Amino acid sequence: MSDVNSRISEIVNAHDVVLFMKGTPLFPQCGFSSRAIAILDHLGVAYDSVDVLQDMEIRQGIKEFSDWPTIPQLYVKGEFVGGSDIMMEMYEAGELQQMMQDKAVARAEA
Amino acid sequence: MAMAADEIERLIAAALPGAVVTIRDLAGDGDHYAAHVVAPQFTGQSRVQQHKLVYAALGGRMGGELHALQVTTEVPT
Repeated sequence: MSDVNSRISEIVNAHDVVLFMKGTPLFPQCGFSSRAIAILDHLGVAYDSVDVLQDMEIRQGIKEFSDWPTIPQLYVKGEFVGGSDIMMEMYEAGELQQMMQDKAVARAEA
Repeated sequence: MAMAADEIERLIAAALPGAVVTIRDLAGDGDHYAAHVVAPQFTGQSRVQQHKLVYAALGGRMGGELHALQVTTEVPT
């Protein structure tokens, strides 16, 4: 396993919910990342984020790691869930809420 | 370089025979599109797998020249 793969693997295993995104939750640098953050905030779950714009190795590496061509990318309990389109589809169908419950993901602190 | 809507539609339809593809130009700028794809090939596939089939149809353009394509997928009923 290459260095970047083991770095990404450590990140997705260290955080229950982690979003690889462009920018930060407060200052998303792309509409799709902004939408993903809005969904996570609506769900009210605790999450971490990785700004791929600050790390070119991860920006490229995550696409190969997930076999997924775009960013943002959501991981829950080490499992790839999808990008912002899938997050929105799942959110609208109530599936994302259900998944967070089923996986016993912690709530965000108010 | 932006892609034309009918080119996106053609690529997806060619790779997924029987698919019904609807493209919307979100911003009217020929650069921000939403593609809704209903395809028999999606049956029994996870959402991630369904989206990967669409991305594969676009032949590596996703995330490159197609940086602003929203994709939604649906299994035909």
